[in-house]
Amino acid sequence: MQAFEYASPETVREVVGLLGKSWADAAVLAGGTDLVSLMKDNIETPRRVVNLKGVKEMDGITKTAAGLRIGALVTLDELAKSPEVRAAYPSLATAARGVASPQIRNMGTLGGDLCQRPRCWYFRLGYGLLAKDEKGQSLVPGGDNRYHAIFGNTGPAYFVSASSFGPPLVALGAKVKLVSPKGSRELPVEKFFVIPSGDGARETAVGPNEVLTEILVPAAGHNATYEIRQKTALDWPLATASVALRMKGSTVASASIVLGHVAPAPWRAAAAEKAIVGQSLTPEVADAVGKAAGEGATPLSGNAYKVQLVRIAVKRALLEAARGRA
Amino acid sequence: MPDTPDYSWPAPEKRRVIGKRQSRLDGAEKASGRAKYSYDLNRPGMLYGVILTCPHARARLTTLDTSAAEKSKGVASIELMAKPGEEIQYAGYEVVALAAETEDQARDAIRKIKAEYEVLPHFVNEADLKGAGTNAKPSGEQTAGDPDQAFKDADVTSEGTYGVPIINHSCLEAHGQVIQWKGDSLDYWPSTQGVSVLGGDLAKMLSIPATSVHTHMDYVGGGFGSKFSPDRWGPACANLSKKAGGRPVKLFLDRATELIIAGNRPSYFAKIKLGAKKDGTLTVWQSDSWGTGGFGGVTMPPLPYVYRNVPNRRLTHTSVSTNGAQQKAWRAPNNPQASYLTCCAMDDLAAKLNMDPVEFFTKNANYTNTPEVYSGQLAKAAELAEWKKTWHPRGQSGSGAVKRGMGLGVCTWFGLGHASTCRTTIHPDGSVAVELGSQDLGTGTRTVIAMVAAETLGLPVRAITVNIGDNKYPESGPSGGSTTVGGVSASTRKSTMNALVKLYEVAAPALGTTPDQLEAVDGKIQVKGTPAKSLTWAAACRKLGTKTITEMGVNNQRGPGGLIGGGVGGVQMADVSVDTETGIVRMNRMVAVQDCGMVINPKTAESQVFGACIMSICAALTEEKIYDSQTGRVLNPDMEFYKLAGIGDIGDIVVYLNTEPEFDKRGVIGLGEPPTVGGLAAIGNAVANAIGVRVPMIPMTSNRVLAALEGRNA
Repeated sequence: MQAFEYASPETVREVVGLLGKSWADAAVLAGGTDLVSLMKDNIETPRRVVNLKGVKEMDGITKTAAGLRIGALVTLDELAKSPEVRAAYPSLATAARGVASPQIRNMGTLGGDLCQRPRCWYFRLGYGLLAKDEKGQSLVPGGDNRYHAIFGNTGPAYFVSASSFGPPLVALGAKVKLVSPKGSRELPVEKFFVIPSGDGARETAVGPNEVLTEILVPAAGHNATYEIRQKTALDWPLATASVALRMKGSTVASASIVLGHVAPAPWRAAAAEKAIVGQSLTPEVADAVGKAAGEGATPLSGNAYKVQLVRIAVKRALLEAARGRA
Repeated sequence: MPDTPDYSWPAPEKRRVIGKRQSRLDGAEKASGRAKYSYDLNRPGMLYGVILTCPHARARLTTLDTSAAEKSKGVASIELMAKPGEEIQYAGYEVVALAAETEDQARDAIRKIKAEYEVLPHFVNEADLKGAGTNAKPSGEQTAGDPDQAFKDADVTSEGTYGVPIINHSCLEAHGQVIQWKGDSLDYWPSTQGVSVLGGDLAKMLSIPATSVHTHMDYVGGGFGSKFSPDRWGPACANLSKKAGGRPVKLFLDRATELIIAGNRPSYFAKIKLGAKKDGTLTVWQSDSWGTGGFGGVTMPPLPYVYRNVPNRRLTHTSVSTNGAQQKAWRAPNNPQASYLTCCAMDDLAAKLNMDPVEFFTKNANYTNTPEVYSGQLAKAAELAEWKKTWHPRGQSGSGAVKRGMGLGVCTWFGLGHASTCRTTIHPDGSVAVELGSQDLGTGTRTVIAMVAAETLGLPVRAITVNIGDNKYPESGPSGGSTTVGGVSASTRKSTMNALVKLYEVAAPALGTTPDQLEAVDGKIQVKGTPAKSLTWAAACRKLGTKTITEMGVNNQRGPGGLIGGGVGGVQMADVSVDTETGIVRMNRMVAVQDCGMVINPKTAESQVFGACIMSICAALTEEKIYDSQTGRVLNPDMEFYKLAGIGDIGDIVVYLNTEPEFDKRGVIGLGEPPTVGGLAAIGNAVANAIGVRVPMIPMTSNRVLAALEGRNA
């Protein structure tokens, strides 16, 4: 790990004052469950590490008129146990429970989940976010891509977003607040995640001089997340689906259906969203909508199975949402 | 009184300690963290060693410049492990070792070394034999009977290709050591399976006398067959210490390097064709196998496994050399793979015959070396697994998305005992020490030694001081081949018995009898069957005055005298549920019925079987070393994508040890290895039973199960 300067500010204003113009200048540290391993592997080599844990204004879960305000420093364990989250946002509670292990959930934060770097093994071995060999060709299409993207992979990016909360937050129409020395901005989570289009680009909209301070979740109707992973725990999902529904009587008025771990960003299953409007949520409808979610996939040599996982994750998330309370 | 005391084990009804459930003596130390593994040692003035490895799967090292590293802060010594001009055969090969004042300084410095390579073509994906070219070499052919005629005569034939990839040992404690020179000799704290022999091996590598190496190791965090050698990092660490004026150096592999180079379990694949009569009699076996252990290839696996004596057989094998680290023994070397290949092929044939596999495997048990053992175990396992209730013919698994299935696999192992010498000392104050240059791999060896000594001397288990883990104690063999419990129990029995006879000689006059009339029971030396005529253990020992009794005992490997045995059988059955929509397999239950002779400690014996079953579940469902065809590198040298089963992935494990009289009388037999063997096939066959089609390759991931269901290759 490259030696670094360590700062431990207490306000957001101090935090942004300590950040730099480039990623090499500074990195923010919350739970550290990703940053520390990135630094040990020399994937990230910041000159300064800015510890956020002392910034009280970035913590806490608060009910607001519009919904819920969740501080970026709220841990995944706190989210999983929060009565407000469990009551109205089962899609978030499920995502929280699914992350890794109790130790990771005790340390890892919601902001960290959104800002963590992809787990693409070529990236983690040092081939860069776009996994290029020395000739500039991506290693992914001809390599072992069993965990890589089946959507949004027609550009140079093949990794999948590692975030567990991206899909449910996009489905719920949540926003993030980003603060820089110039001020703050609110951004829909859907716009926060970016599919990089070329070298040097990152997978989120956050800039090197910005910090994600809070997440704003609007009031929600029926919502659910369904995650498919090989192991029962301590394992990255192979595919997930988060759904948020607005019902009109017993039929679906509108739906957000967002897939995880199948694209470089949370992936909106537009055909599925369209297919479900005006329908009652029967198992047959859920099955058909699941199938629609797999439409347009562009699987690589070794990950066509994820198309089937998407269909099933969507089907099961819908049935789960139908069972749950609004 | 005969010159040789009767060393044989007490009759079952007379055993006071042996056969009773005993918690391991070092359990509290291990659970609390007080137990210090070699990795935990921090010697005064210690330096930290790290290794620079080659990132290319095959390359010629062209230049090596360590000058910047030498000047880096805190660096004390540098040792070259490869020379410019050398052709390197796998990614992860050690190039330079370096020691510095702190681990961070060592890691900073190692990055300043400039190593340049001429990258050469590599080959890492042996599963596709057609692509192996000159890396594949025919290496074995066997024929028995008349396989061609037998296939013509067969009523039913079945053909399939099956495979097991390379996996790792994944020792919780990585490979490595602490070494400290003192003048011309050195102290060596390795993580090893062979305390008595490793120092001599290191000495040879360093060209110093074996007497110059003092090996110590109290605990080892897993070996599974991979820790028999000082490896290349042993002498490198010694040289780093020497160059730093003898300061102690700790050099352990980091997790990534551990997973890349600390030992491959060979992959095996085979195209297998079988033939049988209508009544289910297996008549002919044909297999074309291939596989690799990495650089250097691999020999033919033991096929057909357990069912060795099929009358008509034709086998060929192709050894494939890949640019991967070399193989190391892995808990029952080549047996789990051979069991998987054999039992899956047999299960597919049983399905074609419309036969229950339990019936099919039982019907053909006469092809095994111990038909009555396997027949009995198949019946017992079927009873415990509720086989009849859950098993169903293939394809008849109900209408829901989640299908349940049952499968079985078999194992065998040789056992017996390694060379072992034990020294027992009885002190005048009554304290007792037994000493062996052995090691406890986590199997409970320390506890078992104390139990044997306590049984012999009529003392409580806690009254025995067990000293192991030092090459100054009498030599005891490396822990491999499940031979440790046999070796140490025989030597401990003899040594403690010899010491007891000496104590009888001292005690006999006081009890007005002759030594041969005495026995040691419940903390007393007494006239046989007469508790009224006795001395307490302490009183008897006080009669030693100022002398101690020190007696040796040796396991006679050629004539173990009934104390130990070998050649065991076992049957594993798996009960799984498969989500046919996602391809995810979940364990409901695994049953292991195992023959292991006389059981000294049922608790640690069962614990061995639990661990073995868990390892087979990992291999069957999640575990795989993934090499990248383009870069030749291992893509998952970490615990997130090198997937091991967690507690939620294991299901129930039911262990049944054959302790019936006919097994008990065979003496002690190790069981570290055999229960690891059959689980792969048991799970593979259970999945086939559940979903109605064969998933030919393990691990049976979502991808592979869905592919099998859709009839495509994965």
